[in-house]
Amino acid sequence: MSYIIKGETGDWEIVVGLEVHCEVISKAKLFSGAATTFGAEANTQVSFVDAGFPGMLPVINHECVEQAVRTGFGLNATINKKSIFARKNYYYADLPNGYQISQSDHPIISDGYIDVDLENGETRRIGIERLHLEQDAGKLMHDQHPSKTFVDLNRAGVALMEIVSRPDIRSPEEAGAYLRKLRSIVRYIGSCDGNMDEGSMRCDANVSVHRPGEPFGTRAEIKNVNSIRFVMQAIEYEAMRQVELIESGGKVVQETRKFDSVKGETKSMRSKETAVDYRYFYDPDLIPLVLDDAMIERLRKEMPELPDAKKKRFIEDYGLPAYDAGQLVAEKEIANYFEAAAKGHDAKKVANYIMGDLFAVLNKQGKSITESPVKPENLGRMVDLINDGTISSRIAKDVFAFMVEEGKTPDEIVEEKGLKQVTDTSAIEKMVDEVLAANPDKVAEYKGGKEKLLGWFVGQTMRASQGKANPAMLNELVKKKLDA
Amino acid sequence: MTDLVELTIAEALDGLAKKEFSAVELTQAHLKEMEKARELNAYVLETPEIALERAKKSDERRAAGKAGKMEGIPVGMKDLYCTKGVRTTACSHILDGFVPPYESTVSQKLEDEGSVMLGKTNMDEFAMGTANLTSYYGAVRNPYKDKTNPDKFLIPGGSSGGSAAAVAAGLCMAATGSDTGGSIRTPASFCGIVGCKPTYGRCSRWGMVAFASSLDQAGTMTRTVRDTAIMLEAMAGFDPKDSTSANVAVPNYEKALTGDVKGLRIGIPREYNPDKGLNADVRHVWEQTAEKLKAAGAEIVDISLPSTQYALPTYYLIAPAEASSNLARYDGVKYGLRVDGNSLDEMYTNTRTEGFGKEVKRRIMIGTCILLEGYYETCYLKAQKVRRLLCHEFAEAYKKVDVILAPAAPETAFGKDDDSTSDPLKMQLYDVFTVPSSLAGLPAVCVPAGTSEVNGLPIGLQVIGNSFQEETILRVAGTIEAMSDMPIRPLRVGGK
Repeated sequence: MSYIIKGETGDWEIVVGLEVHCEVISKAKLFSGAATTFGAEANTQVSFVDAGFPGMLPVINHECVEQAVRTGFGLNATINKKSIFARKNYYYADLPNGYQISQSDHPIISDGYIDVDLENGETRRIGIERLHLEQDAGKLMHDQHPSKTFVDLNRAGVALMEIVSRPDIRSPEEAGAYLRKLRSIVRYIGSCDGNMDEGSMRCDANVSVHRPGEPFGTRAEIKNVNSIRFVMQAIEYEAMRQVELIESGGKVVQETRKFDSVKGETKSMRSKETAVDYRYFYDPDLIPLVLDDAMIERLRKEMPELPDAKKKRFIEDYGLPAYDAGQLVAEKEIANYFEAAAKGHDAKKVANYIMGDLFAVLNKQGKSITESPVKPENLGRMVDLINDGTISSRIAKDVFAFMVEEGKTPDEIVEEKGLKQVTDTSAIEKMVDEVLAANPDKVAEYKGGKEKLLGWFVGQTMRASQGKANPAMLNELVKKKLDA
Repeated sequence: MTDLVELTIAEALDGLAKKEFSAVELTQAHLKEMEKARELNAYVLETPEIALERAKKSDERRAAGKAGKMEGIPVGMKDLYCTKGVRTTACSHILDGFVPPYESTVSQKLEDEGSVMLGKTNMDEFAMGTANLTSYYGAVRNPYKDKTNPDKFLIPGGSSGGSAAAVAAGLCMAATGSDTGGSIRTPASFCGIVGCKPTYGRCSRWGMVAFASSLDQAGTMTRTVRDTAIMLEAMAGFDPKDSTSANVAVPNYEKALTGDVKGLRIGIPREYNPDKGLNADVRHVWEQTAEKLKAAGAEIVDISLPSTQYALPTYYLIAPAEASSNLARYDGVKYGLRVDGNSLDEMYTNTRTEGFGKEVKRRIMIGTCILLEGYYETCYLKAQKVRRLLCHEFAEAYKKVDVILAPAAPETAFGKDDDSTSDPLKMQLYDVFTVPSSLAGLPAVCVPAGTSEVNGLPIGLQVIGNSFQEETILRVAGTIEAMSDMPIRPLRVGGK
């Protein structure tokens, strides 16, 4: 199913490529020993290297290199044993050296892909052109003084992984799915926390439109969008703008645009004519980064199970439907919870409780799965109690609610509240008899042909049992007695 | 007592060890000499209080039996070495008032080995120059006199001109220099001292104000080869803070000074002997020295380094390209000079327009241009290819020879107001013999080998070695020094 824009003059397809900047999780910056704590007081996480002092030299932080290699494995990509750092030269007050150390034609990672699941059940493979390491810039603060701008260099020099996709994305939905998957992968690996609202993951989108069967159009780049929803909105708006522009006789120009999330629009920032020539050249302060085989092998062996593999395993080992498995593996913490709850129990039923009742509770309480009031082993045990007939699924709702409130084990709750299901035939029979005896008129009506009343009798008896009667047995007995 | 400023480092270490004088006395003698010779403008900042304090501590260390390799030796520090708490400007207006909160690795090592810093020496702005005429703090005067015109203001060579003049005039026993394309060797040749640029990576660049990172190398400026050996050993060594520093053990360089050159193969590159552009006296000293070395048992081998003619243009593409980026940090935002403007761009422009001198601006402009799309491929990348070719030619040559003997500068020291000084292209020609080994990262030492018959000025020769063969070049330089009949002290301008 392809995404088509219906224009005045016909159909249009869109092409999107995404450049995602992921802030690397590491104790120190990419080329200095300064700390990287988020939210620290301004200019307290800065070394003389970060501040561009004379004579200061960069030294590569191998922790960041390892994070990039791990991420490369996560992107099914080629780990380049030799990569080279280059300087990207431009002047700005948040860039103390007057250049950013980045990688140009020899990135550390290249040629990968990730598979994304779409809502219609389709899977799309999105190519990854490259991942390279580079330094972040500082931050300008315009609100500290009436006429001056202040500079905070805490972020200056922090390692970023720039992950560049191929122009393989064909709809806003695919862009969203790609970003969610990418975020999931880096979080699984622990190379980036993926928090777009804190700026530790930022996205630029290259968007173009063309008529089906024709070559790709001229692209515009939308810079620094800070949420998945906004990226999708920005792409949708930008594609529409381009279609309208072309259809009204205009031409798309290659330019950088900015997304205004309040208005939901993109605005031109600068065109190619005024674009900066970054004068890239290899940084003579650094030698080529050469990775040794032993290190690559060690990192390969240390790789955690990633979402795709986990999903496959969940389907195979737990018999989950693909959709459910996909939902459960999207976040590592949810997957871990599921496994802790499902181990040795009815996994399918456990999955249903997680995606239904548990998610509803977490949503309502604004909690993450790691803060779940219901312990995973208790959820698993509750499913056991349902399956062995100790409680009915109706009673299970109550047990679940008590677990949320009190945090006790389901056994304790069933015991304390006396919620054990009644499966003793004579006991149920006795209750049915009492209900029938108390309602002779209804019995007569039933026998007179009003068979719908069967459900009413079942309900009455269930109420009399305080919900504890085994529903199947109850049903059967009521019918048997009435029809007798 | 002998005049303390006349001593070599080796002699001074001996005298200190024998308690003939103290480090404080040695320092005081040099501080007095510095006062007398201020007209040379060799120092841009004198630090007598720090010097005396360190000298006192040095005497205490020596008394406690903890003497370092340079214990008590007064040294001058080129103004591009960042010195903690002591103003460092690389002789540029743009670094006005910059006081580094850190100490460069090289100056720290020298201090750790007991040396006593007397002050910061003058230099070409950001080490860009061959005559020490681009310094914001004014020109340095060469302590030597042209015998045909004794009043002529002679330049000391650059960029380490202040260091060279100070060492020659006895204003310190040794000084640090830095060499990007000849900045140690040219002034050493003009001032009649020994200047050694070791292998690229031999000394840490950490804390040195950068000019062209792939070429910059710290080095020594002393009055004798033995002093060079002592000082280089104190300065050199691997530094994890400099990614381009070499993890190679530092040998005892003094031990290499055997004076024996028997069987050594000494290459004479024919490309360094052009018909035009080489002073007859320099050529004569070169030829004479080769003959003397031959007489001492060395084998003289005629060699060819065909790409030498491309070295100068290659250097003047690569060095400015790197400089244009290295000097981008001087923007008025963080330290040094700031000239305000109505916008950020205006402030940048005002600051850099006022802060940089003409030569620095010229190189920033050239370097910026070379890295632009289009020029990058035709200029910068091509220059890198030539650089590799030069390296390859040197490597081939070192299969046939142990060292290469060549002039350091095409002529002797010239006048500050000579016509050539106003022509940047002519000034570049003074680097013609020094840049090839810089581009190849090879060690080279300039040693005084004779004087000009015409003007009596010193002439230095370069001994260029293969990577990390400092011991061999110092051995040959030591032999040349012993064979030449150079007076160790100049006919000084300042002092006596």
